[in-house]
Amino acid sequence: MAIKEQYVIPKRYNTLSLALMAIGILSIIILYITHGAASGSSEEAIHERSRFWASLLQNSVYFLLVVNAAMFFICATTLAWGGWQLSFRRVSEAIAACVPVVGIIAFVVLMAVVFGGDHALYHWTEPKDELDASLLHKHGFLNKTFFTVWTSITIAGWALLGRKIRSISRSIDDRPLTISEGKRYIWKNTVWSAIFLVLFGLTVMSTIPWLWLMSINAHWYSTMFSWYTFASSFVAGVALITLFVVFLKNNGYLEYTTREHLHDLGKFQFAFSIFWTYLWYSQFMLIWYANIPEETIYFEPRLQGVYRGLFFLNLIINFLAPLLILMRRGSKRNYGTITMMSVLILFGHWIDFYQMVMPGISPNHVPNMLLDLGIALGFVGLIMFLTVRNLAKAPLIAKNHPFLKESIVHHT
Amino acid sequence: MPIKKFVVGNFYDEQVLFPAIKNVRKTGYKIHDVYTPFPIHGLDTALGLRDTSLHTAGFIYGITGTTTAFSFITWTLTTDWPLNIGGKPFFSLPAWIPIMFELTVLFAAVGMVLTFCYLCQLAPFVKKDHFNPRSTDDTFTMAIELNERSNEQEIVSFLQSVGAQDVSVQLKETGWWLGRYDKEQTLYNQPIEVAG
Repeated sequence: MAIKEQYVIPKRYNTLSLALMAIGILSIIILYITHGAASGSSEEAIHERSRFWASLLQNSVYFLLVVNAAMFFICATTLAWGGWQLSFRRVSEAIAACVPVVGIIAFVVLMAVVFGGDHALYHWTEPKDELDASLLHKHGFLNKTFFTVWTSITIAGWALLGRKIRSISRSIDDRPLTISEGKRYIWKNTVWSAIFLVLFGLTVMSTIPWLWLMSINAHWYSTMFSWYTFASSFVAGVALITLFVVFLKNNGYLEYTTREHLHDLGKFQFAFSIFWTYLWYSQFMLIWYANIPEETIYFEPRLQGVYRGLFFLNLIINFLAPLLILMRRGSKRNYGTITMMSVLILFGHWIDFYQMVMPGISPNHVPNMLLDLGIALGFVGLIMFLTVRNLAKAPLIAKNHPFLKESIVHHT
Repeated sequence: MPIKKFVVGNFYDEQVLFPAIKNVRKTGYKIHDVYTPFPIHGLDTALGLRDTSLHTAGFIYGITGTTTAFSFITWTLTTDWPLNIGGKPFFSLPAWIPIMFELTVLFAAVGMVLTFCYLCQLAPFVKKDHFNPRSTDDTFTMAIELNERSNEQEIVSFLQSVGAQDVSVQLKETGWWLGRYDKEQTLYNQPIEVAG
């Protein structure tokens, strides 16, 4: 079978992604004028400014974790010696290649929040002698130096290891491997994936969500929080991979990727939606059961306050909808349903991040979501723009990978 | 149960089995079943079998479990014997979710196992006979059902022509309780005839 190995970016696509980025930039400017530009040190002005930064923080962190989850997908399947994902592996590689750019944006935003002088978003950034006993106790972890160093190491580590894994993948594009070379190649892949996963475990699965997101509610803590955030970003990452796979299929690429692969991606979305619910619920139930004020304070604005609607919408989109819609075999194999569900899941976990961040700065009223959605569209445009550029750089299929046959004959 | 006659052929290679199935179906013979030592991808499609409805049964058992747990706990903790636990309302849904979940899993699992046994006609103390004992080891065994009008010899030679080996004609009891050969000792002790 003759296959189209080289991806060519369609013209209209660029216009669309640039238009989305323009919407994003416009939203940032409008939000800056209405909120971010407030001057003075009055309570109100600080609140307005933190509203602007919270929106940037939520969007950049969410999309950074989502694109990075594509690299986690590659490494986890590689470490499991899986072969089925190879027919579209280059798609996840291209998505993961957005990490440096989105990572720099997130880094700039985080640094601006930490060193910006306002302490509304991160209370723990106040001078040490103004911290209360609880925050003083956490000062060894929640301080500006550790935050900066660890954030830099994390984002650089993701970007560099991701780049290494992509370059290993591309290194065999123009030469077929012998059996012993193939074994060595698989081993090399496995080792580098394992190294990435160790970094991933130390960052996304533990420290990073505590630092970037949980510290908005600096007095509150939950050991479950990082796993919950990881599950959220991973299921959204799989949804993003699915969307690109469907997009490329629609344009006549990825001939070897079939409904069977789509079915497995659908299973991932289904399974990790349930996993997300399990973690979300584990966090919620223990706090609800123990009913200790210092812990329930996190859920007070969300469950009983103004965020009640978003709180339940979050559960409906991210748990009930995938559970009931993706349960059937037919819906996982249907291009229309799976596309709809992927968009819904990406939006649903954006809502999840929204309700992680916003009640921390504005517990008594829900901010207007319109401009936040505009910024989110900007990030979507950016990821669309970067991903196809990365796709066009290398052949769409790793044709010399020893496991490729397994993916071609894949059958669920 | 009526005793039926089958023509049984054995295959040792998937590469031979799949074209053979296609040929047999195209010629119009009715394949009773194909027995394999391990699941073969694509065999269901090749045989033209419909999807199993075990999933649907599982879903129904699951929601039955959820409903049972929910209604029973609601009844005991709000109507029959309300208890004040940590000052929580009598109707405290979050505390019940783990139990509702467990009962969902329990009902779905046990129900599906029993349904599976029913569909495969398996039960304790039921003896099963095989067309060919090696179909649990290294052989793919295809059984074609015969009726009054079919020509036994023609089917045997046809099976041989599509690559089947050790083709034989066997009598077996079909339907539910297929294989109660502990009751039908004559049939159970009958040696397998091997033709050709």
